[in-house]
Amino acid sequence: MDLYLPIAEMSVNALVIVALGGIVGFLSGMFGVGGGFLTTPLLIFYGIPPAIAVASAATQVTGSSISGALSYYRRGQIDLKMGAVLIAGGMLGSVLGSIVFSWLQRLGQIDVAIGLIYVVLLGSVGSLMLKESLGTLLRQRSGQAPQRGRRHHPLVAALPMRMRFPASGVYLSPLAPFLVGAFVGVLTVVMGVGGGFVMVPAMLYLLGMSAAVVVGTSLFQIVFVTAVATLLQATNTHSVDILLAGLLLVGGVVGAQLGVRAAQFLPPERLRLFLALLVLAVAIRLAIGLTWTPAEKFTIQLVTG
Amino acid sequence: MRFPGLFAALLALVLVPALASAAPAQQPSLVTDLSQSRIDISYRFAGVELLIFGAIQYSGGRLPTKSPGIAVVLRGPAEALTVRRKGRVAGIWVNRQSLRFESVPGFYAASTTSPVEQLLDERNAAIYEIGLPYLQLSPVTAAAPETVGMFQNGLVAYRQRRGLFVDQPYGVLVTDNILYRARIPIPSAVPVGNYKVEIYLIDNGKVAARATAPVIIDKSGFERALYVFAHEHGLLYGIVAIALAVAMGLAAGMLGRLRER
Repeated sequence: MDLYLPIAEMSVNALVIVALGGIVGFLSGMFGVGGGFLTTPLLIFYGIPPAIAVASAATQVTGSSISGALSYYRRGQIDLKMGAVLIAGGMLGSVLGSIVFSWLQRLGQIDVAIGLIYVVLLGSVGSLMLKESLGTLLRQRSGQAPQRGRRHHPLVAALPMRMRFPASGVYLSPLAPFLVGAFVGVLTVVMGVGGGFVMVPAMLYLLGMSAAVVVGTSLFQIVFVTAVATLLQATNTHSVDILLAGLLLVGGVVGAQLGVRAAQFLPPERLRLFLALLVLAVAIRLAIGLTWTPAEKFTIQLVTG
Repeated sequence: MRFPGLFAALLALVLVPALASAAPAQQPSLVTDLSQSRIDISYRFAGVELLIFGAIQYSGGRLPTKSPGIAVVLRGPAEALTVRRKGRVAGIWVNRQSLRFESVPGFYAASTTSPVEQLLDERNAAIYEIGLPYLQLSPVTAAAPETVGMFQNGLVAYRQRRGLFVDQPYGVLVTDNILYRARIPIPSAVPVGNYKVEIYLIDNGKVAARATAPVIIDKSGFERALYVFAHEHGLLYGIVAIALAVAMGLAAGMLGRLRER
């Protein structure tokens, strides 16, 4: 079924986009991630212009994270104080990100930059996750007790103006979560991701937050920062395609419900291992795209204004 | 044939006055029509085929013995663009060189009775811009001719692969040396704007007659409204996009909870 996207100015097969949203939704429901890191590259592979893919994927993440965020809120698993600091950082970061985005677009390196950032981030996060989950699995097999991690990072402890975040069980300077939020905000605008795959490890290992509130607080921040990113893209680059985001959501929300159910049949250590492998696979695929001789050496950019 | 009645009517229209009048020898002229002069891009738009057809009016009603040469050109609005070429830096393919062209048609199709080189000499092909190699794209950066050539070839090949530049060396069919028709495929990614169809009658390497017709390609209905809304009220459009995403997310969450009960 062909559908013409008015902002992307091209016709796509609506069923393919819905199916794509559904697969990503299934995986994100299963692993508890937003799935933006899969949506954006898949849309670009499909032929959607990178700027449109990034902006519309951010909109889709808002929709796919909201119901999760609400259910964590009902169970009291969101640290609202910490969330507010993260969101404040995220807002600054998304403004910075949109400046970086237009700068890269002017330079004509936006597609290469998106690819490189993806490879570096997904590659490093994926390897860390793989190492961690393999370690856990090995320890379980040999019957050892799970390792106790340290509290927050020494660099974080050195920051001034420490305050208490009772829900997260930490006593640290709000500058640390602010900076984490800002970094994730930049990623949201430049990569079209919620950034949960960076934020959750950062919360656990950098900030030392209590595991009970980490996922909820991360979703809480993602909903707001992706919404701000959508607004920025809609006003600056006009590259949010409502129809594209809508199609992705139709598939995504259904897939997510199924994914949540599927996750109940797998132990969490296995899930983390699969997620690590998935993240690494995307990183490797993108690395191949950057290093192999491209089929299309020329690209065209309209001079606007 | 899609319009047999129309063709018969046209044939009569052209032949009757031509046979009746025994006026002194004049230049031949072209009569032309299109299957549609306005192409609306709606939500189901997946590209379209434009049929350009018409007849050659010969003065004095003398039909030529040899088949006439016809070139049909469909051209979209010109735009300025930058072409970039990837090169390898430390193992990674990045955009290295670039060249700006001042006026590149967003869509260009040339359909001819036989390859352009057989119809026209280079000078005339370049004057009338008939055929992809003869497009005048106005590169602005001062660059060596071979560099400009490389970028121009890259640009043309890129657009050809996407169906935005079309070359049909035998695309024009001529019936009884009088009627001509060409079908030009227009892809879904076609830019909107005011288009022009140009039809050339070519005799002995020279343009003997010329006719033009306008074509408008524009988004219509919902697609147009959405596009205008996104570009003129960006903030409001963003809010609507967020509201839509939130509503869909919440609805799905509620459905999911209902099913769990």
